[in-house]
Amino acid sequence: MRRTADVVIIGAGVTGAALAYELARRGIRNVVVLERRFPCSGATGRCGGGIRQQFTTTHNIRLAMESVEHYGTLAEELGVDIEFIQGGYLILAETEEEREAQRKAVALQNDLGLPSRLLTPEEAAEILPLLDITTIKSATYCPTDGHANPFRVVEGYLRRARELGVVLEKFTEVVDLEPRGERIVEVRTSRGPISPGLVVNAAGAWSGEISRMAGVELPNKPVRHEIAITEPVEFFMEVMVISIHNGIYFSQTMEGQIIGGIGLPDERPGYNLSSSLRFLRTYSRELLRYVPALGQLSVLRQWAGLYDVTPDAQPILGPTPGLENFIQANGYSGHGFMIAPAVARHLADYIEKGVKSEILEKLSLERFKEEIRGEAFVVG
Amino acid sequence: MESEGDKEAAMTHASRVTRQEPKDEPIVCRCEEVTLPEVVQAIREGYDTVEELKRHLRVGMGPCQGRTCLPLLARVLARETGRSLAEVMEEISTRPPLIPIPFEVWRGK
Repeated sequence: MRRTADVVIIGAGVTGAALAYELARRGIRNVVVLERRFPCSGATGRCGGGIRQQFTTTHNIRLAMESVEHYGTLAEELGVDIEFIQGGYLILAETEEEREAQRKAVALQNDLGLPSRLLTPEEAAEILPLLDITTIKSATYCPTDGHANPFRVVEGYLRRARELGVVLEKFTEVVDLEPRGERIVEVRTSRGPISPGLVVNAAGAWSGEISRMAGVELPNKPVRHEIAITEPVEFFMEVMVISIHNGIYFSQTMEGQIIGGIGLPDERPGYNLSSSLRFLRTYSRELLRYVPALGQLSVLRQWAGLYDVTPDAQPILGPTPGLENFIQANGYSGHGFMIAPAVARHLADYIEKGVKSEILEKLSLERFKEEIRGEAFVVG
Repeated sequence: MESEGDKEAAMTHASRVTRQEPKDEPIVCRCEEVTLPEVVQAIREGYDTVEELKRHLRVGMGPCQGRTCLPLLARVLARETGRSLAEVMEEISTRPPLIPIPFEVWRGK
């Protein structure tokens, strides 16, 4: 293993992979990516692959809009088919309050240039004819939202990064970080120590543990979210559907499988990755309420991943107060895959030029000293 | 609301979805049509654990849940990497349900 590195990235999920590539592309190539298991073994490889811009905070909307732009050209740039489909996101609401929240969200999104719009239930059914609108009060739709294949995205980023000189060390665990003064001076791994220029904490649900090794407390909590996939059926839905009423999401992959999940409200923080019958019952019930025609479609597999949840459901990005060479890139709260391409560029620009973008200023760890106004539309 | 035709379309099975051309090489994974040379090439590219191969090639991720192909895959992996079959087999994770079961069964009445 390399004994010194300009940048040590901890975690080979979409964030670590995208950042490794963006750094290498800028000529910063003495980069080591450390991964405790293998690329995509954490949240990225367990996620639904949705790419949504319809959020309720300015930063989440902006990051997602930038990412969608990058996703549009990423396949060509990386030379990998990332299975990016811009079939739109249809967001369902079932109460007056939820409709009002949707109206406000669309107003903010339109102000920021996002072509989302508020729909009647009938208009929603035009987009997805199999949707049962009996209980639907309103919906919003953004045609440029979509989904992609997380494995292909990470593979594409890592392959190009490695061609440019980045080293990937899989099955290599970070066991300790040694801070001295205002810097981390050593990253200790299960395969020996590395002297880092910068250390990037892209460890997802484990970012709190990594940070604690350097004596820094993050407000993030790991929360299990379960997901299931079906056998493939003929392609019938280009749109990805979510509901702010019950937190369900589902879409159809290029293979024809329906992939989706639903958040269970009483899930306690922790590293539980087991699969529950309760999830499958809840998900099946809510899915069939919206799309009754799927009753005979069989569930093939279920699994779980961990959201890395912050108090305002927005990521923590940029240098750590008191440890300037320790860069946070975590806390995505279930939205990491959607915004990773944009986040990677903001962070790579900062690492290259030392200048923070407005988004990095706003999403720094320091914000938790102030009053918190968070993202309202978290699903899954 | 949805017509009978729509319902039928939604429930039509993958068996009717036209996929790739037939392949000449030995098939390791029937559900996902992954061939032996594809597996060997992926291992040589560095996808050298069962879980990585599954994610890279979709091998073992079809309706049989890997029952047929994962033992075959493990043997190829052991041979290519020089590791013991027991060690490779140990890496295989299983995910429920054991057989495909429809949503309406999970929902119950």
